[in-house]
Amino acid sequence: MPKLKVDGIEVEVPAGATVLQACEAAGKEIPRFCYHERLSIAGNCRMCLVEVKPGPPKPQASCALPAADNQEVFTTTPMVKHAREGIMEFLLINHPLDCPICDQGGECDLQDQSVAYGRGQSRFGENKRAVTEKYMGPIVKTIMTRCIQCTRCIRFAEEVAGVEEIGAIYRGENMQITSYLEEAVTSELSGNVVDLCPVGALTSKPYAYEARPWELRRTLTIDVMDAVGTNIRLDSRGRQVLRCVPRINEDVNEEWASDKTRHAVDGLVRRRLDQPFVRVNGKLKPASWDEAFAAIAAVDHGGSVAAVAGDLVDCETMYAAKVLLRGLGSSLLEGRQTGMDYDTSSLAAVNFNTTIAGTEEADAILLVGTNLRWEAPLVNTRIRKAIKRGAKVFAVGPETDLTYNAEWLGADLALLGDLPEAVVKAFANAKKPMVIVGGGALKGGHAASLKLVETLGLIKDGWNGFNVLHMAASRMGGLMLGYAAKGGIADLAEAKLAFFLGADEVDFSRFLGFKVFIGHHGDKGAAAADVVLPGASYAEKSGTWVNLEGRVQRGERAVFPPGDAREDWSILRALSDAMRATLPFDSFAGLREAMYAEVPALREQGLVTFDWNPPALDGTASGVLEGYPIKDFYLTNAICRASPTMQRCSAELVHGETFAEAAE
Amino acid sequence: MADAVHIPDEAETRARWGNFAWTDANAEQAKVVLGRYPAGREQSASIPLLDLAQRQVGAETHTQGWLPVPVIEFVARQIGVPYMRVYEVATFYTMFNLAPVGRYHVQVCGTTPCMLAGSDDVLAACKNRGLVKGGTTPDGLFTLTEVECLGTCANAPMVQINDDNYEDLDYDRTVAVLEALAKGETPTPGSTISRRASCPEGGPTTLKAMVDENHDYRGEWGTAHAG
Repeated sequence: MPKLKVDGIEVEVPAGATVLQACEAAGKEIPRFCYHERLSIAGNCRMCLVEVKPGPPKPQASCALPAADNQEVFTTTPMVKHAREGIMEFLLINHPLDCPICDQGGECDLQDQSVAYGRGQSRFGENKRAVTEKYMGPIVKTIMTRCIQCTRCIRFAEEVAGVEEIGAIYRGENMQITSYLEEAVTSELSGNVVDLCPVGALTSKPYAYEARPWELRRTLTIDVMDAVGTNIRLDSRGRQVLRCVPRINEDVNEEWASDKTRHAVDGLVRRRLDQPFVRVNGKLKPASWDEAFAAIAAVDHGGSVAAVAGDLVDCETMYAAKVLLRGLGSSLLEGRQTGMDYDTSSLAAVNFNTTIAGTEEADAILLVGTNLRWEAPLVNTRIRKAIKRGAKVFAVGPETDLTYNAEWLGADLALLGDLPEAVVKAFANAKKPMVIVGGGALKGGHAASLKLVETLGLIKDGWNGFNVLHMAASRMGGLMLGYAAKGGIADLAEAKLAFFLGADEVDFSRFLGFKVFIGHHGDKGAAAADVVLPGASYAEKSGTWVNLEGRVQRGERAVFPPGDAREDWSILRALSDAMRATLPFDSFAGLREAMYAEVPALREQGLVTFDWNPPALDGTASGVLEGYPIKDFYLTNAICRASPTMQRCSAELVHGETFAEAAE
Repeated sequence: MADAVHIPDEAETRARWGNFAWTDANAEQAKVVLGRYPAGREQSASIPLLDLAQRQVGAETHTQGWLPVPVIEFVARQIGVPYMRVYEVATFYTMFNLAPVGRYHVQVCGTTPCMLAGSDDVLAACKNRGLVKGGTTPDGLFTLTEVECLGTCANAPMVQINDDNYEDLDYDRTVAVLEALAKGETPTPGSTISRRASCPEGGPTTLKAMVDENHDYRGEWGTAHAG
């Protein structure tokens, strides 16, 4: 624990900390470009120079200098000021003065720091360097003349995303950052380099020239594209969400977000349902709310009513539907759209018990039927961190590129009952072993996976290594609210009246009764419905979501739903009047209170603890896994399917289509 | 200005070099190279293997050799490193040619000491012989590049042609070297004015008494010799 003085302030920092971190601990601001807390230290921008005693009589890069006992650091001396001005002048030699047309303007590190630490004017009269644009894929736009070669993007691609496709070619003044042969970067996390770039060299392609940061209204909410529950900020102007950026939450997403999280937002203004529809003579006809409600109320259901929750809905919507069904005399609830029917008697047995952050500490990991890279990219990055600490990864399932080396055992689930010697040995020696069961294996392998808890010793003191990886943002919340029928969705098929809450991935042909779709996008669900009620997307309602590790998180409304669309709970409230089964709450706050009373775990934000009492399930697993549930990462729900950016990503990165770039 | 030469990666390049593999002799040599580094550090072999590959391409095309992208990828696969990492190395070092060159790659040093000693004449000689900077002569013999310091300043001006240096050049001697090469001869590398390595021109200028036999200078310290 070195003790040192920063500008006369004594601080104590953990061993291994750098001088820059010590300065921050003392409350001093150190300008930097290449240094980033979550990446390795490069030390090449030289902006963080400070004066250190004892040491050579010249400024030193604080990001790469270990803090030591009895050091004296000065951050405001004339030498430091002079050094920073010099560095800034060098950086600006080849940086274009195109801030007025740069998308980074207003949130640019270089802009801010040149105001704070730069000289008043330039002494450079020569020609500036210019570098051609590089193609990096459908997400990242490049204006490489602006690049100051901090190499953050290279380090991110290598260390976090695990795709070593970005690099620096040539040298000296000719050094250029590029993707390999200027091909698209094949990462689900490529959008993060846009946030990392301290200048405007890498900017967001879909968001290019859309808005200035100071025009935007920022709303803190939760992402619904996967079950990780990425903490996001939606930036909107007027009625449109213009972009989505991650917020820092060390327990969930650190400060990353997948490309789907970031760029599906342009789907929020396309293919929207903005008025009710009623099917007349086989065709959906626009209708008023009253007509739509009347059509539903006219159904003679006799208590045979079902509700299917889609992947994106919030707990409040599911709860309102549950209470409505209860009023109508039914409890046919299901959220597992694709027909899964795993046992849900104990939620701990279907939860990600290790927690997302805990994954980093694991030292032996077995993946069962899960393509983490697509099912939860931000859990995958945690596994990469665990590997860096020395974890060994085994995988059961069809071989796929996970961005790291896993030992593939085979695709036959029967392996779970008869694991190879190497796996058993690795787990026997492991202090923190974990198994992750994906959606691909839950169907036939849940029981066999639970048996691994005993055979591999997954539960230790203060450690639960049994994990189920869900893919839907609504799943854990739905299970807590009872959206799970014993036989899965097959139990609901007979219902005379079925509500689909944004459920688009259901096999609608199995439902023979009257179908009501309450959702926001005109996708498969709306096409199959008899009545369509326009609802709100995740950006247009406040709500509660529970992520795959059982973390209760709440998001706020960023914009209003388009046209006649309404927030889902208020639709259900109004419909309940028409069906003469009035819901017992009149406000959102009332709904939440009722929901908390019924499921107290939803009241407090944060991790819910589920007691470990796994069900005794019979059966051994068998059968070869043919593939993984997600066939196309970029098109998993109605919002992505409506998003031109996601369609382009899918065509280019998944299906290998090539797009000619317009000549510039 | 900052953009370097176009790196060929067209279908023809892929078709011609996509099946690149070591010759038997080079496969042995590659094993020797890889054997120099401990397991898990195969990336260290990037430079020697790229050099080996460039020489093999040179032998196959009867030129100094270059590194087509598929060959760079071949080397990357051999050492189990992402393509980008090896590509970075290949673009960093000027000794690796990223586009085809001629039989003789004439690298004329134009840095200050050579320039002061007359590298302009050397370049003029090359130019009058039909060599164009950055290009290859139509007969495929010579590629001319102007490079920065090659560390032979004592023997300036100099050119590096493939693996050999030719030093102490002037206009005529440069022409002579090029003519000899064009005829298929191999002029003696090193100084073209027959001095040994970088010894002073016209014999030693200091310690002259040491030339023939060992001489003890200590008795003369502090005497008129110092002046």
